[in-house]
Amino acid sequence: MVQTHKYDVVIVGAGGAGMRAALEAGQRTRTAVLTKLYPTRSHTGAAQGGMCAALANVEEDNWEWHTFDTVKGGDYLVDQDAAEVMAKEAIDAVLDLEKMGLPFNRTEEGRIDQRRFGGHTRNHGEAAVRRSCFAADRTGHMILQTLYQQCIKHNVEFYNEFYVLDVLLTDGRASGVVAYELATGEIHIFNAKSIIFASGGLGKVFRTTSNAHTLTGDGMGIVWRKGLPLEDMEFFQFHPTGLAGLGVLLSEAARGEGGILRNSENERFMERYAPTIKDLAPRDMVARAMANEVREGRGAGPEKAYVYLDLTHLPKEQIDAKLPDITEFARTYLGVEPYTEMIPVFPTAHYAMGGIPTNIKGEVLSDNETVVPGLYAAGEVACVSVHGANRLGTNSLLDINVFGRRAGVYAAEYARTVGHEELPETPEKYVVDQIQMLRDAGGSERVAAIRAELQATMDINAQVYRDEGSLKQALSDIEGLKARYVNISVQDKGKRFNTDLLEAIELGFLLDLAEVLCVSALARNESRGGHYREDYPNRDDVNFMRHTMAYRQEDGTVRLDYKPVVQTRYEPMERKY
Amino acid sequence: MDVTVKILRYNPEVSEEARWESFQVTAEPTDRVLDALHKVKWDLDGSLTFRRSCAHGVCGSDAMRINGKNRLACKTLIKDVNPSQPITVEPIKGLPVLKDLVVDMEPFFDAYRAVMPFLVADGNEPTRERLQSPEERERFDDTTKCILCAACTTSCPVYWTDGQYFGPQAIVGAHRFIFDSRDEGTAQRLEILNDKEGVWRCRTTFNCTEACPRGIEVTKAIQEVKRALIFRR
Repeated sequence: MVQTHKYDVVIVGAGGAGMRAALEAGQRTRTAVLTKLYPTRSHTGAAQGGMCAALANVEEDNWEWHTFDTVKGGDYLVDQDAAEVMAKEAIDAVLDLEKMGLPFNRTEEGRIDQRRFGGHTRNHGEAAVRRSCFAADRTGHMILQTLYQQCIKHNVEFYNEFYVLDVLLTDGRASGVVAYELATGEIHIFNAKSIIFASGGLGKVFRTTSNAHTLTGDGMGIVWRKGLPLEDMEFFQFHPTGLAGLGVLLSEAARGEGGILRNSENERFMERYAPTIKDLAPRDMVARAMANEVREGRGAGPEKAYVYLDLTHLPKEQIDAKLPDITEFARTYLGVEPYTEMIPVFPTAHYAMGGIPTNIKGEVLSDNETVVPGLYAAGEVACVSVHGANRLGTNSLLDINVFGRRAGVYAAEYARTVGHEELPETPEKYVVDQIQMLRDAGGSERVAAIRAELQATMDINAQVYRDEGSLKQALSDIEGLKARYVNISVQDKGKRFNTDLLEAIELGFLLDLAEVLCVSALARNESRGGHYREDYPNRDDVNFMRHTMAYRQEDGTVRLDYKPVVQTRYEPMERKY
Repeated sequence: MDVTVKILRYNPEVSEEARWESFQVTAEPTDRVLDALHKVKWDLDGSLTFRRSCAHGVCGSDAMRINGKNRLACKTLIKDVNPSQPITVEPIKGLPVLKDLVVDMEPFFDAYRAVMPFLVADGNEPTRERLQSPEERERFDDTTKCILCAACTTSCPVYWTDGQYFGPQAIVGAHRFIFDSRDEGTAQRLEILNDKEGVWRCRTTFNCTEACPRGIEVTKAIQEVKRALIFRR
C-alpha cells in the first residue's frame, strides 16, 4: 500500500536547520517535516560551545570582523558573499533565539554573555575576541529544544521516523519525496512544491567520529544518485578534542575558557604552531598539530597515541558553570577527573564542509549556476559555501539558523507562486525495488562488517593526513566493499521497525559518499584547510582556488568539475595565527 | 571479558508473547551497554531492535530498563552493571511496546506538548534581547537539561498504573518555563498542572530523580511546582 500526501513545503530532517526552516515555512504555507528520528534526537543537540554573532555585548566587535575570520578560517575557499550574509544575519539569529526563549548565559547586566572561540578575532586577527553566545556547554541542546518548543507552539506537522529515500524531479523541477515509514514498513509519497533537505552530515564514513550513528549522509546520497552535484566533499573537519579512543566531542569552549593542550613532555605545543592565538587556532591547524606531536613521538599514554587537554588550572566553579557536560563525559567514559587530571584527547571526524551546492537563498544547484526549481538545502547537508576549506567553531550553529531560516522563507515564497508539479510515473518504484532487493538478498556479506572496513580504511587513509597513495588505497578498498555490498543479507525480513534494513540502506549511502570524498581529495593536489596532502603540503591558489564539483555519471563513476570562489573584499593571504 | 545480555524480545509479526533471550558477547568493562547491544545486533541477530543515535547521553533515544533500572544504554558502562551476572535489558515501562526495546513514545510526547512547553511572552518584543540576571537564569537551569528520554516518567509507579497522569517529565518541562523570569504563561500552565492528572498525582517516591541520566532533581522540581500552585494567590 502506497499512501500519497500533498503539501506545499516538505522538509527532510528535523535538526536545527530543518526546524528553523519549518518555523518560517509553517507559518506561511502548508508544511510537513519528515524525519528519520524524533526531532529532539537530532545531532544539533550534541553541539556544545556556542553560536558566534558580533553582538559586542562584552567587548568591541562587528560583523565585518566576523566575516573576515570566517573567510580566513576557511582558507579563502569560502564564498565571501555567503559569509557576509551569515555574519550580518548572525546578530538577528541570536536575538531571535533569545526571543523564542533560549536560555543563554548572561552577563552581570543581564545581557547575553559571550566567550572566546577558535579563529574568532578582533580587528582581523589582532587577538581572540569574545563572540560566542552560549548556554553552558550545551548550546546545541538548547537550540534544538527551543526550536522544537516553538514548533509545538506553532503546530508544525511532523512525520517522525519517516526515512526519506528518494527525491522526485519532474522535468527538472522538484515534485516530491518518497519515504519509508519505519514503524510499519509502508511507503509514502509526498507531493510538494518545495522540498528542503536539512538532513545533516555523513560522519559515519569514519570510525573515530563525534557524529551520531544516524549521520549517514542520506540527503547527500539521495541527490547524488539523481545526478545532482556535490561540492567540496574532500573538505572534512577533524575536531581536535575528541575523547581519545572514543571520538566523543569535547567542546572547543574548553580552550575558550582557558584549557591548554599538552604533549607527553607537558609542553604547551600550540605555542610552536600558532604563536599568537595558540590553543585557539582554527581546528584544522590544531588537529594537524596534535597528530604531528603523536607522529613525532610526543604522544601520551601507553601507546603514545594521544595528547592531553589540561583544565586542572581552571577554578572548579568555572568548570562547573561553563563546562559541566564535557567534564562529565570525561568522568563517565574515561574515568578521568578533569579538576585534577588531564583529559586524553585526539582528533575526531566532526563536520562536512562540503555537501549539496546551494546559493545564498538555499536553492540547490544542478551545475555551477543553474537552480533546481523547488529544491532547497540548508545546514551540514548543504554547501553554501560559508565554511570553505575549514569551518570555524560555532559557525555551524549559526549556519543552521541563518540558512535554515532563509531556506524556509524562500521555499514558502516559491510555493506560493507555482502549482503542484505532476509526479513522475510510478514514483515509488525506485524505493520499492531497492527495499525489495535488500530484503530478499540472500548473500553472505554482513552490513556491519562492510561498514567497519569502510570506516577503518577512511580513518587510516583519508583522515588528517592524506597523500596520493593513501587515497588510492582508500578508493581501491571502497571499490572492493561496493562489490561486496551487492552481496549482503539482511536478517530481519519483517516490516515493523526494521532497523536492520535501515542500516543496510544507510551503508549504501556511506559507500557512495566515501568514494566521492576520496576522488575529490585525490584530485586536489594542494593542502588547504581541512584537506592536507603530505605530497602537496602548500596551498596552491593558482590551480586550486576553486570549489570541487563532483557528478555521478551514468555508469556510477565520479566526474569532477570546478566552480569559481566568490570573492568580494578579501584578497587571499597566507593563513597565520 | 565474556558477558551475557538477557533481552526481553517482542515482535508481534512473529508472536504476541514476549520472551527472554540471552546472548553471549565479548566486551570491555569500559564498553557501554549500547556497545554490547550493537554486538548482538551486528554479529548475532540483526532483528534485535532498539533506538539509538548520539551514543553519548545527549539525544535521549536509548532509555531502557537495565538490571531493573531505567538508564541510557549509551551512558551505562558494562563494569557498572555487575557483568559477572547476566545483564537484563527490557523496554521502559508504561508505554506500549512496539518491538523489542522500542516503545510508542507518542503518549509521552503528548503529555509534554500539553503543558505549553514554550516561552509565552506578551506585548511588544524588545529591539535587543530581553534582560535576565545570572541569578534569574540560574533559577531554572536544572530543568533545561532535560533530553526527553522518558527515563523519569517511565520509572514512576503512578504513571505505570494511571495512564492519564502527565508524568514527571511533563512537569519538568513546565518547570523550565514557570521559573523563567521572561515567561508570562505561568498562570495558564499552572492551571493545566492543577488538573486531577497533574502534579497532585505525584507521591514523591523519588524514582524519577534516581532515573534521570542528566542528574536533574526531578522530584524537587515537581515539589516546586506544587508550592507554586499553593502560593500563587
